[in-house]
Amino acid sequence: MQGQLSRFNIASLVLGFSFLYLPIVLLVIYSFNDSRLVTVWGGFSTRWYVSLLSNQQLLDAAWVTARIAFVSATVATVLGTLAALALTRYTRFRGRFLFSGMVFAPLVMPEVITGLSLLLLFVAVGLDRGFLTVTLAHITFTMCFVAVVVQSRLLSFDRSLEEAAMDLGATPVRTFFQVTLPVIMPAIVSGWMLAFTLSLDDLVIASFTSGPGATTLPMRIYSQVRLGVTPEINAVCTILIVVVTAGVLTAAVLNKRRDVQRRRDEQAAQRG
Amino acid sequence: MAQTITQDVAAPADRNEGIGGRLLAAVANRAVILVPYLWLLIFFLVPFGIVLKISLSQTTIAMPPYLPVFGLGDGVSGFIANLRELSFENYLWLLDDALYFNAYVSSVVIAAVSTFLALLIGYPLAYGMARSSESMRPLLLMLVILPFWTSFLIRVYAWIGILKPEGLLNQFLLWVGVIDTPLQIMNTNTAIYIGIVYSYLPFMVLPLYATLEKMDYSLIEAAQDLGCPPTTAFWKITFPLSLPGVVAGCLLVFIPAIGEFVIPDLLGGSQTLMIGKTLWNEFFSNRDWPVASAVAIVLLLILVVPMMFFQRAQARAQEQGR
Repeated sequence: MQGQLSRFNIASLVLGFSFLYLPIVLLVIYSFNDSRLVTVWGGFSTRWYVSLLSNQQLLDAAWVTARIAFVSATVATVLGTLAALALTRYTRFRGRFLFSGMVFAPLVMPEVITGLSLLLLFVAVGLDRGFLTVTLAHITFTMCFVAVVVQSRLLSFDRSLEEAAMDLGATPVRTFFQVTLPVIMPAIVSGWMLAFTLSLDDLVIASFTSGPGATTLPMRIYSQVRLGVTPEINAVCTILIVVVTAGVLTAAVLNKRRDVQRRRDEQAAQRG
Repeated sequence: MAQTITQDVAAPADRNEGIGGRLLAAVANRAVILVPYLWLLIFFLVPFGIVLKISLSQTTIAMPPYLPVFGLGDGVSGFIANLRELSFENYLWLLDDALYFNAYVSSVVIAAVSTFLALLIGYPLAYGMARSSESMRPLLLMLVILPFWTSFLIRVYAWIGILKPEGLLNQFLLWVGVIDTPLQIMNTNTAIYIGIVYSYLPFMVLPLYATLEKMDYSLIEAAQDLGCPPTTAFWKITFPLSLPGVVAGCLLVFIPAIGEFVIPDLLGGSQTLMIGKTLWNEFFSNRDWPVASAVAIVLLLILVVPMMFFQRAQARAQEQGR
């Protein structure tokens, strides 16, 4: 019975996905609009993309954002992976309940609260607001997303592989780096990508924790959006959408290929 | 599975590496827990303490704009003196002004309505995905996840061009001839519902899909063979079995939607009250940090119960994953 879609199933799939994609498609289409009036079609043009190149403020913001996202995603991936290991491997330690609470709560915590509380921390310890404070804030909220992604991979991980390695005399540390890490690597990579895009996206937490000289791209876009819809913002958004989509699709294709390869190896091993 | 730390370090290290290796393993074992634990304590838990502290202090015109209570250097006598000076003024202020109370109530109502609408749209979508052929499912799953990777701000922004009085939706409806005058959707609560449902729909669909996909559909076939009409079969079998997904999806939408700032700010009007926006205005426009902190503390108290439900649901899902 599965695999045979009723008319209702097909209708809900088509309507659901149109709802998800139509606004984005329209935004992309109108970034190529020649007219300054965003809602009137004035012919195809790439002039908004050209004018972006001379918008120094926007380019600066993009550079700052990319650096913050890179640094914070990298640190968050290390911390998030450790947190995932702690949660799956050590079922009993003092304060585990508090720990798991602190890992899951940021996933749903309203951003205004996270932003405000981190800002007050930075002010209390006298840390100047800027690149560093935004990065610290982004590490904190993205590491929890990494932890969840890596944790779900660890839960389906076959522990007997590790036991075999240890029986053969490998130390726990060596077992981790040579057996566990390669297996959970795809999850770690997608965790890093998730952290990177979350940091790239964030407006609210960055607005609270940022200072002069560290204006991020979403902050710049937001201040322009408040003044109205312009084709130039559509162009920036389109570039961001294309970059992120390309990244996600590439990762998906690579993952798929590795899966296929692994299955082939396994089959070959069984035959031989 | 219930291995303790000491067991993990156990025998093999003994055999080969001697004391050095064992020490390294022990340190690594502790670090796995301690490093992320300390990080979250410092950057997640301690800040809430500071928010609480500042919500009890008084506003001044200075930088930072509040009178400190509880300095570390005050000693015990200073601590007691400070204790006497604690002011609940900011909380009384919140109670006094109907604006805050209304903002909390309307945030909860808007979040609840949006969650229900997201469930109404997300359930058929997740169901359709779960019933698709096995080869189609990864593609459909990808299609749900992809918008989630696209910037939140961009997705909300995209709706401005659609919902504006001279926007694409009104142009389309006028062209079709359904309406004669443009609809005012922008800057109303309807726009906020659309924004929240649109932005959080993947959070609703993913847990729903996860439970619906694992479901044993032969149960429904059996019910139908026994003469049960499809709608009854749905409400008696499918829906109850998918409840964990429904709960997880609803919490994932409801909790963050209550404190949402970007959507009410960009799509809502000046008459729309939502607490995330109120907090933002107190902080950035009025520069009243103590009141902003009090707003945050009360919001946290409202969220504690749904958040604990969320954590329980997470823990249960984890147990099943084992």
